Amino acid sequence: MKKYISFFRIRFINSLQYRAAAYAGVATQFAWGFMNILAFRAFYRENPHSFPMEFSQLASYVWLQQAFLALFMLWYYDNEIFASITGGNVAYELARPMDLYCMWFTKNLAVRLSRAFLRCMPILLVAVLLPEPYGISPPVSMFGFFMFIISIILAFFCLVALSMLVYISAFYTLSPWGVRIMASVLTEFLTGAIIPLPFFPEKIMRIISLTPFASMQNLPFRIYSGNIAGKEMLYGILLQVFWTAVLVLAGRLWISKALNRAVVQGG
Amino acid sequence: MIHVKIQMQYKVSFFMTMAGQFLTSFSAFLSILFLMSRFPQVEDFTYNEVLLCFAAVLMAFSIAECFARGFDTFSSMIGNGEFDRIMVRPRNESFQVLASRIELTRVGRFIQAAVVFAYAIPASGIKWSFGKILTLFLMIAGGTVVFSGLFLVYAALCFFTTEGLEFMNIFTDGGREFGRFPLSIYGEEILKFFTYVVPIALFQYYPMLYLTGRSENLLYMFLPVIGCLFIIPCYILWRIGIRHYKSTGS
Repeated sequence: MKKYISFFRIRFINSLQYRAAAYAGVATQFAWGFMNILAFRAFYRENPHSFPMEFSQLASYVWLQQAFLALFMLWYYDNEIFASITGGNVAYELARPMDLYCMWFTKNLAVRLSRAFLRCMPILLVAVLLPEPYGISPPVSMFGFFMFIISIILAFFCLVALSMLVYISAFYTLSPWGVRIMASVLTEFLTGAIIPLPFFPEKIMRIISLTPFASMQNLPFRIYSGNIAGKEMLYGILLQVFWTAVLVLAGRLWISKALNRAVVQGG
Repeated sequence: MIHVKIQMQYKVSFFMTMAGQFLTSFSAFLSILFLMSRFPQVEDFTYNEVLLCFAAVLMAFSIAECFARGFDTFSSMIGNGEFDRIMVRPRNESFQVLASRIELTRVGRFIQAAVVFAYAIPASGIKWSFGKILTLFLMIAGGTVVFSGLFLVYAALCFFTTEGLEFMNIFTDGGREFGRFPLSIYGEEILKFFTYVVPIALFQYYPMLYLTGRSENLLYMFLPVIGCLFIIPCYILWRIGIRHYKSTGS
């Protein structure tokens, strides 16, 4: 365990170096979130009754989404991993006394976390200062906030476990671009990154809420604003645990299979 | 032509990427569908009218992207010294950058825009006169020019920063994403910004008013042409950038 923690630290500190890029990104994300909220405002004005959540809940959702973008967007891939698979460097990594899956998993956690760490504070700060319905509202209760923290951690693990599957697929395709794009787009839409899941038609939403996709950003962000609470919340968190376990297991099985047949060209 | 042939060598990857492009904008389409089935109208615009707007912006973007995305990878071109080689060739620099990369995979977006048009043009209930067809054509053409201008600015800024500027994404990719709704829904100030600073509304919102019969003002029909003037300051910035250029030395 200790080696993974120190590996995590190295990666985390390493990625913290790109501060200027992060602050430029913050401005972009801020504008992006703001435009999104304005679009939803137009719909809200049209008919507040058809709006499936309160407007302030939606605003909180959008700001949390922007603040923690690096945690929940599948397209923040680690190109080094892809390159090591297609380029054959993976042979060196296999020679290390570490489990490949755990190592890559930790690496992903560290890189994403450091990115989110740099970006979330300024975004949240501005979002707190924005006037009433447009900014991020304070958490509904201490308990709710506590559950939000638990849920966001689980959601993060769940997403990284999913992204591991995309990395592993590169062992088979060797040209990962197609799978990357397809997986990113599908996940982005189904996790509610484009429009929150409550805006989906009833039936489709009920199906999605059973899939691992609903266990990602959808759940913690809605718990935060109190859009999901009580029994439904506990049920959702259990589902998160279940899906994370399934995805991790699937990834581990798949990677051991892939490594059995992997041929590393010499040279 | 070489670029086209190269890309066709990796057929599976080519089609997967194309399908990915298609899906990206398809999810944008689905989000419109889901939102508009909940709210039949937004700021007076109906579902079919919004679709028309979405398709026009998407098509303009995909055409611009197909040709001008060479500017998108421009930061790496400066970084690895490729641009130095371009400078010494006796051809116009912008043409060479333009031709350095032709992305056929973007056809995915174009196809989608065409499909949406095929549905929305008859369904919008607009009586298609010569003037209206011309308006739609001008919207797409004007949009292509404005988006190309934005890509050009994006590249020109690389001369000063060497890195690509993430902030420009708000206008390029953001223009596409937010342009799926008539820009008036974002409120007065945003509309003004996209009229006078980055003229996306000139080929989107105003001609839409004429197209849908909300306004008889013929000026609105030709606003996309005025929007095309946007390319001039963009090009000047690009020229300034070239003059300012210092090789990174690698």
